[in-house]
Amino acid sequence: MLKDLTTALRPAIVLTILFAALLGIAYPAALTGIGSVAFPHQAGGSLIVENGKVRGSELLGQNFAGATYFHGRPSAAGADGNDPTASSGSNLGPTSQALHDRVAKDVAALRNTPGSSVPADLVTTSASGLDPDISPEAAFFQVDRVAEARGVRADKVRRIAEAHVEKPLLGFIGEAHVNVLALNRDLDKQVPQSAKAAE
Amino acid sequence: MTVQGWMLILVFTLILVALAKPVGLWLFAIYEGRRTPLHTVLGPVERGFYKLAGVDPNAEQGWRRYALHMLAFQVATFAFTYFILRFQDLLPLNPRGLAGQSPDLAFNTAVSFTTNTNWQSYSGETLSILSQMLGLTIHNFLSAATGIAIAFALFRGFSRKQANGIGNFWADMTRVTLYVLLPACLLYAIYFIASGVPQTFLSSVDATTLEGAKQTILLGPVASQEAIKMLGTNGGGIFNVNSAHPFENPSALTNFVQMLSILAIGAGLTYTFGKAVGNTRQGWVILAAMLAMFVGGAAITYWQEAGGTPMLHQLGLAGGSMEGKEVRFGIAASALFSVVTTAASCGAVNAMHDSLTPLGGLIPLFNMQLGEVVIGGVGAGIYGFLLFAILAVFVAGLMVGRTPEYVGKKIESREVKLAVLAIAVLPLMILGFTALASVLPMGLAGPLNKGPHGFSEILYAFTSATANNGSAFAGLSANTPFYNGLLGVAMWIGRFFIIVPVLAIAGSLAAKKVHPESAGSFPTTGLLWIGLLIGIILVLGGLTFLPSLALGPIADHLAMIHGQLF
Repeated sequence: MLKDLTTALRPAIVLTILFAALLGIAYPAALTGIGSVAFPHQAGGSLIVENGKVRGSELLGQNFAGATYFHGRPSAAGADGNDPTASSGSNLGPTSQALHDRVAKDVAALRNTPGSSVPADLVTTSASGLDPDISPEAAFFQVDRVAEARGVRADKVRRIAEAHVEKPLLGFIGEAHVNVLALNRDLDKQVPQSAKAAE
Repeated sequence: MTVQGWMLILVFTLILVALAKPVGLWLFAIYEGRRTPLHTVLGPVERGFYKLAGVDPNAEQGWRRYALHMLAFQVATFAFTYFILRFQDLLPLNPRGLAGQSPDLAFNTAVSFTTNTNWQSYSGETLSILSQMLGLTIHNFLSAATGIAIAFALFRGFSRKQANGIGNFWADMTRVTLYVLLPACLLYAIYFIASGVPQTFLSSVDATTLEGAKQTILLGPVASQEAIKMLGTNGGGIFNVNSAHPFENPSALTNFVQMLSILAIGAGLTYTFGKAVGNTRQGWVILAAMLAMFVGGAAITYWQEAGGTPMLHQLGLAGGSMEGKEVRFGIAASALFSVVTTAASCGAVNAMHDSLTPLGGLIPLFNMQLGEVVIGGVGAGIYGFLLFAILAVFVAGLMVGRTPEYVGKKIESREVKLAVLAIAVLPLMILGFTALASVLPMGLAGPLNKGPHGFSEILYAFTSATANNGSAFAGLSANTPFYNGLLGVAMWIGRFFIIVPVLAIAGSLAAKKVHPESAGSFPTTGLLWIGLLIGIILVLGGLTFLPSLALGPIADHLAMIHGQLF
């Protein structure tokens, strides 16, 4: 028994060090090299850079509060939401009074007419707190507000939103969704906010 | 529920079955120590490692030596990671100046990764790049390789005749790492990078959002860890929210591939087992029994999640519950993922399990309580399942008065005792510690949710730790000395107090003669056998854990349908 243990010492220690070098350093370093050459944009976090300034990542949600923008989902990441240094869901369960109260408040704020339905994803927090997407219904739900705030016709805004609907792969992998940041950037290009001021 | 949702579950299962044979054949080649095309490149690395470590890969080890050498390696890698996490503030590659982990947290995290659990009491965002790579990624490989090595040792027990040895731990572990996990992860990680998963030594970038606010975007070597995290059924994410994070799992397609990769090696090992014992049907029936339970579980969780909750319906939200789920995955892929990750000992999550419906969340919980033998973790799934197979032939033998035999080996009292010993670890740890935490103030301080759901959070934590899963009802505040300590102990015992009896069984079986199948043997390749296996697993799990499930998810469900809130 003791002999078994003493013979184990050298391989245990040496292989820990060797595998640490191989798997903990060489493996991630090699991939970082491959990534930076073959897929520099993706490897760097799919950053959106405008005039040398980073405006966000294509893959991460941002806070949108103003009426002129489409809003993403409520977020439990960080105190203000959509904080990538504190990714989190709400973790509230199906019998939670706190969840009930939060959703009830958000629904009341969004409803245009009493009793009308509200897209579920617009009043529920995502798993990550960084969900970049909303459902197409949630986007269309906001078209009138955005159009009014920008002083343009609703059908124009709706067409822009429709162009951003991504369909499920092969019809069954994933769900139809709209990337909110991409949609809002496109919106700024096609119907700039200054347009209203100019009218 | 939608046709597309059911399509997803069906197509997923079919692809998984198609993967079993090719993956299993590759693993069989490594099991036998055969030369593969990869040896041209990696052969010198393997030989170099043996030379420096003073290992003779052809030296057969008896089960005691195999177990002791395996344990020595676990202790060495545990200590290595403990010190990296504890003192990450003094080590390089920490550009954000993060503090070292507290002693109880570093203990918990190091145990968690050594045991292939990857329970996250810490939040991934608080670890330096060095800690992620050197402290955690290496365990993702080595704990997975250890699991597969143990399975190999048990296969040898069944296939060898009157042998003393069950293989060589160092050779098994090294070969699995070099010829299976490392090359597969290299390719897999490149796919991840192309799909949008970051891979950089840059730790963060500041962005100015469209509305002018500051957003700090955390980056890092995510893809390299993501690949082994899934393939090795580890599950510990670079980020707090794991595979729900868009950087870890950017699209519905990466999500689909992630689910497949969680179960690919586990499914393949059933085929490897069949090859090892000289009858591939023996492997296929195991996979069939596993898949029957898997599809059943996936169907229940999908049905429940798609149904949603009365509370949200009353507030005017239609359809399934989207609380804690991502839009790009939707209900079906979130439900399926939660079942996949707990069928295996993975524990990666793409939705917050705490926010699942009560019965939707019961299935992941029950999957783990069964010992994660529904395909299961890499290696751990099949050796866990074979423990139940030993019990099943024993029960069958009692019922019909035949000598218990399995794949040519007589199953006698020693094997049955050891199997029971290993299986008894689950209820002992899960129910014992849950009971303790449910009465002590330090335990009761943990849950976020009130009512029965709060109890579910505690039960889920100890289940996940003991079963080496790592997923959580994450509302529980687990980063306290009480939970870190207790969960750490549960993880260690849940791993090695099962592995050591498994190796003892391997040693005992290897020493036996092989009995050719006769008219007196109970056939273990037919439907009757599949039914018996499923029956034994469900009855044992049900009898042991139903009372605890009644207090948690079932009470929660009844409260929910009566509109009671807590």
